[in-house]
Amino acid sequence: MQWLIYIFLIPMVVLIGGGIIGLYAKGVDRKFAAYYQSRIGPPLRQPFYDIGKLMQKQTIIPENAVGWIFSGAPFVALASSVILLVYILVPYFAWIGDFNFFFSKSGDIILILYLLMIPSIALVAGGFASGSPYATLGAQREMVILMSTELPLAVTAVTFAWRLSHVAPGASHFSLVTMSFHPLWSGMGPFGILGGMLLALSIAVVIPAELAKIPFDQAEAETEIAEGLLAEYSGKYLAFYQIADGVKSLAVISLAVILFFPNGFVQMTGYRIAPAGYDITLLLDVVIFMVKVFLVYFVSVTTVRIAMARLKISQVAKLFLVTITVMCLAGYVLITLDPVIRTL
Amino acid sequence: MRIRKMKKSFKRSLWAFHINTGSCNACDIEILATLMPRYDAERFGIKLVGTPRHADVLLVTGPVTEKIRDKVIRVYEQVPDPKLVIVIGGCGSTTGVYQESYAVTGPVDNCIPVDVFIPGCPPRPEAILYGVARAWEKLEKIMKEGSKNAS
Ligand code: SF4
Repeated sequence: MQWLIYIFLIPMVVLIGGGIIGLYAKGVDRKFAAYYQSRIGPPLRQPFYDIGKLMQKQTIIPENAVGWIFSGAPFVALASSVILLVYILVPYFAWIGDFNFFFSKSGDIILILYLLMIPSIALVAGGFASGSPYATLGAQREMVILMSTELPLAVTAVTFAWRLSHVAPGASHFSLVTMSFHPLWSGMGPFGILGGMLLALSIAVVIPAELAKIPFDQAEAETEIAEGLLAEYSGKYLAFYQIADGVKSLAVISLAVILFFPNGFVQMTGYRIAPAGYDITLLLDVVIFMVKVFLVYFVSVTTVRIAMARLKISQVAKLFLVTITVMCLAGYVLITLDPVIRTL
Repeated sequence: MRIRKMKKSFKRSLWAFHINTGSCNACDIEILATLMPRYDAERFGIKLVGTPRHADVLLVTGPVTEKIRDKVIRVYEQVPDPKLVIVIGGCGSTTGVYQESYAVTGPVDNCIPVDVFIPGCPPRPEAILYGVARAWEKLEKIMKEGSKNAS
């Protein structure tokens, strides 16, 4: 019985909370981008105004679109982003707050890698279904990006799992909670640290590609192919895509934070804060986590998007399939070699 | 209540699609200057978008040439309601320096309904911002009338 409540209640809470925080993150991103260009920039609530406006506008379904795919795709994108966020965040906070319930056993990294693809696949389906040549072109580009970022992500997942099988032989090696329980940097020699840094760097490059931000926004290139995938979307459907984008960016960046900087307050200091008998450590952990998420967002999305121009799609494929994959593999080799070298 | 909220959302978020109907490009540069750090139109939520489906405002620059006439009408029809049309520059308002050209079919309001004309050759960014403010006023009026008609 209790499980049912969890199953319905938690995604609801995550949908509302994740939507709000994700949209605020977008606002912060735009504000900082404006600061970089010495502008004042829109208010932090700008994405909410945008959504409010889009909700009130006419929603057009083009005549030659495949109606049900076209109008279903935004909902699939939103729903799968929320599920992704649930699977990433809830086990982590359950572990940090020392709860023990249904979700604390889930959070398998392979599942998360697959879930990560679904919002993009929904976008691709919507793009192909909208019957516009621009959207078709955008959808093809999105497919290319999707396929080329798979390999670095898979190598990273395997590296983490391999390391866990070495450090904690009894635990479940593909679970995110075990990964945050044994942070990458603890008990590592210089080789391992170097390998970890290579992995972190390549994930930092993968993040903007997952979120379709410059320099990897070929699928939604405004000036080049008229917003690509989203070319035919208007009104409510566009608003749903915007919310889904906010939730997904929160999810992807949380995943990076959980993989590389999982320590909560207790792990960092060894104390719990409990004034007047109320344990507020979990609250503090949420705040610390948010700060980390915004920092990673700022470094790997905002800064990069201001500093760079859009790459060509062939360059993106080459970058991910060759450079980043080689970097990931080098990280993997260094991390596997680390215990061997230390025992010498 | 709904109308008030709607006004607020529109006031804080106006997405513009820019279409060049044969202008000399000076007005287009002036639109970009409006978005640059000095005038920073983004602080009011004004943003250029890449497709008419996302737009609330059509920014039209230039006299309408023979070739682009049909396309302007098509783009206008692609913009979801409620929408506004702002003509930027003297030649879009009156054909200006291009009058009596064999290639020009006349000012923009010959083919689509225009809400605000911003004269100048090219107009300054202040003028463009002022024009957008007038467009907001017009939007408010349209929506007030709409609510009256509805009730
Ligand atoms: S109004 Fe003047 S500056 Fe603007 S497009 Fe026409 S000719 Fe060029």
